[in-house]
Amino acid sequence: MVGLHEYLILSGLLFLIGAVGVLTRSNGLILFMSLELMLNAVNLTFVAFSRYTGRLDGHVFVFLVTAVAAAEAAVGLAIFVNLFRLHRSVNVDQMNAMGD
Amino acid sequence: MERILFYAFGALAVLGSLWMVTRRSPLSSALSLVVVFVALAAMYALLDARLLFVVQVWVYAGAVMVLVLFVIMLLNLREEESRAAAASWGKFVLCGALAVALATKAFGVLAGVLAVPPPVSKDWGGVASVAEILFTRYLVPFQIVGVLLLAVVVAVVALAKRAR
Amino acid sequence: MERTWLWLIPAAPLATSALCGAVALAWCRRTDPAPRRLVGVVACLGPALSFALALLAWAELRGLMPQGRWLSQTLWRWLESGALQLDIGFVIDPLSSLMLLFVTGVGTLIHVYSTGYMHEDRGVVRYFAYLNLFMFAMLVLVLADSLPLLFVGWEGVGLCSYLLIGFWFEDPAKAAAGKKAFVVNRIGDFGVLIAMFLIFWTLQGAGAPGLTFAAMRNHVEAFTPAIATTICLLLFLGAAGKSAQIPLYVWLPDAMAGPTPVSALIHAATMVTAGVYMVARMHFLFDLAPVASTTVAAIGAATALLAATIAVAQNDFKKVLAYSTVSQLGYMFVGVGVGAYGAGVFHVFTHAFFKACLFLGSGAVIHALHDEQDIRRMGGLRRKMPLTFWTFVLATLALAGLPPLAGFFSKDHILWEALSRPNPLLPWLPSVLWAVLVLAALCTAFYMWRLVSLVFLGSFRGEQHTYAHAHEAPPSMAMPLVLLAMGSLLVGFLGVPHALGGSNRLETWLHPSFAVAGSAATEHGATTVASTAAGETALHESSAALAEHAGSAPLSEPGAMAVALAAALLGLGLGFQLYARRPQTAAALAGRLQPLQRLLAGKYFVDELYAAVIVRPFRLLSEALWRLVDVRLIDGVINLLGGVTRAFSFVFRFAQSGYVQTYAFVVVLGVLVLLLRVL
Repeated sequence: MVGLHEYLILSGLLFLIGAVGVLTRSNGLILFMSLELMLNAVNLTFVAFSRYTGRLDGHVFVFLVTAVAAAEAAVGLAIFVNLFRLHRSVNVDQMNAMGD
Repeated sequence: MERILFYAFGALAVLGSLWMVTRRSPLSSALSLVVVFVALAAMYALLDARLLFVVQVWVYAGAVMVLVLFVIMLLNLREEESRAAAASWGKFVLCGALAVALATKAFGVLAGVLAVPPPVSKDWGGVASVAEILFTRYLVPFQIVGVLLLAVVVAVVALAKRAR
Repeated sequence: MERTWLWLIPAAPLATSALCGAVALAWCRRTDPAPRRLVGVVACLGPALSFALALLAWAELRGLMPQGRWLSQTLWRWLESGALQLDIGFVIDPLSSLMLLFVTGVGTLIHVYSTGYMHEDRGVVRYFAYLNLFMFAMLVLVLADSLPLLFVGWEGVGLCSYLLIGFWFEDPAKAAAGKKAFVVNRIGDFGVLIAMFLIFWTLQGAGAPGLTFAAMRNHVEAFTPAIATTICLLLFLGAAGKSAQIPLYVWLPDAMAGPTPVSALIHAATMVTAGVYMVARMHFLFDLAPVASTTVAAIGAATALLAATIAVAQNDFKKVLAYSTVSQLGYMFVGVGVGAYGAGVFHVFTHAFFKACLFLGSGAVIHALHDEQDIRRMGGLRRKMPLTFWTFVLATLALAGLPPLAGFFSKDHILWEALSRPNPLLPWLPSVLWAVLVLAALCTAFYMWRLVSLVFLGSFRGEQHTYAHAHEAPPSMAMPLVLLAMGSLLVGFLGVPHALGGSNRLETWLHPSFAVAGSAATEHGATTVASTAAGETALHESSAALAEHAGSAPLSEPGAMAVALAAALLGLGLGFQLYARRPQTAAALAGRLQPLQRLLAGKYFVDELYAAVIVRPFRLLSEALWRLVDVRLIDGVINLLGGVTRAFSFVFRFAQSGYVQTYAFVVVLGVLVLLLRVL
């Protein structure tokens, strides 16, 4: 039998890998994908808890997270397209207009 | 049996994600992410979340990643230049150390808790049961998400228009 | 006796000042001319109303018993700090009623004169605003029932003096004169402030903290002779500044840069007498400090002679009169210095009339000759300006001290008191004081008749067309001249001494104000039979004491008068002879006495001395302090602070890199740490 903690370790690991990706990569799209990975790791956590407590509320949350993530993907990619038109690249290192 | 499946798909997910964050080509990363999503879908299935298994495949692997691939192709993105790895190393190590510490602690807390999943009905995790809870207790968030999606559609159309 | 209308006396000129000020402000950007005639009328109404109220106050005082002869009004609580509780209050006793009458009376006349004199000046509205403000401050000074309130008025007149001396401020020399007056006055004010603190400290030590004159009088036993001497010397420092005595007289001749009516009002009749008034008010302290009183008298006499000798060699019309004022103020201080407060105040009173008349006369001449002030370019004006001439002559004779004009009675009273009152410290002093004052009187008569001769007699020495255009003063200016001349003639009769058969009504009137401390007239409260008797005995005592004095003096009173009169006549005669009859003799004498002439004309080079010994080192010190302390030290510290901030910000700048990933990293780090803490 697989215990809950094993699922949680797995999801934690995926989350961490996603975080590393967000912090490290300079290509905007890969950064974005790492972000999606993080969201999915959280989804896995929800489902695992949901199964191991017997309550279906977790599924609903996963549903909502998925919907929001999809929406975010759409908007984020549209922004990336615009940025590409402006900078001719999606390298986030070049986009520091909000800094000093 | 379940254990084997868990470890197999788990390894697949981890390897896929590692592949994703380390590739230079965005295309490779995207495709490996698809693999990760599918592995996760299998996880859901293992956890008796039948509806979510399907939703995961359709929405993530089927819609989001396709969209990402569209954009990659559209912008014709090549490999990125390598960055100074030195800076990343420090962050890596720091976060890694903290994460390990966290994990150890969490493991200590969690081990033994909820080790056995309770028995559930046959329909648990299926369309009907999820729908029932979704449309009664969580109706309002559901509707709000609907509005959100509408707003997103409008926003994306506005953003993607070429400026005249 | 409480009265509710006393506040109107200073309030009237304050209101008219505010009105004129409002008009001046409203018109300052406009090109159309301001309503001068209306402003002039309004401006004269303020002091006129005060004069009417002063008359009313005097009439009311006459109706009261001598012991209870005061009117008072307390307005509101002004200061409440620790043990000190001070109200704004006014009091009118015989002394202040006299001051009120001539300040408002002469003041009104000068306001009327100003409407004629300043008529064409661009800044006439501003002038009247300042002049009325001055009246307000002076009235506050006279009416004050406490030393701090007096000081408020004191500072106020100093301010208005500055504003009016530098009235034509576009001329840097005139502006500098105003500044000089203010700065020199300030030195004196320092003395008054320290004296006030000492008084309060002494009274507080005695358990009776307060700064009203009544409080001081009632607890006068708390003052030891040493502390009283210190306080009085400090007060005299202030008086020397305000009333132009040695060593702080240097601002008064320069103050002639202001318009002539200002010189008449402020620097002859009213403000400069404030010092004498203050000493008279604080008589109870000066009585305790013979060292201080002697100093006052000595300095007064020295100043009288010094200024009189300088006036002999001056060629500017107004400067002669300015030095004459300084000299006459010296007489007044001799009066109060020897303890004859009534005599000193009497001279203040008479001097206001004839000196104001002289200044206004000079104004008429200057106006007629289109701002010519050098008497060497005048002459023969008596045919062109007869009214001015005769009033001027009358006032001159009053100043010289010819009977029966006013100056004779007041001056001789001071001379007699100086001679006959023995000095406890220096037995030879009375004779010396008297001799100095007689010598000064000789010089006074001399330089005044020199002035009259050079301006009005003989033939005109200036440009011919200036003489042709010269005309008599207009009615607005002539009327005050006549009234003041009549005053110079008549007011002396208020103080005819007993020696000449008079009853010296003025002395009697003023007596309650100078009664010995502790007697009933000075206390606010019910009068009792015993105190009435005490008051009367005091009166008898002082006249008896005077009779005694007559015995100890080297001359009798009529004898002294004769000597003084002889000196005056000698001076007048000399002046007439040298300047009207034989001007060539005067020129020859001046040639032979060249060094003396230069010394006197150069005012003994006192200004130059001050500049070298005081002003220049002070300037150097200021500059050194500026360069070292201000620029290097203080600016350095501020710049250092700025530099440190910049250094810090340089370090912290990197937190705002603009890279989202940096921000995200920080977030992740924070979350991890938090979780670790929580778990």
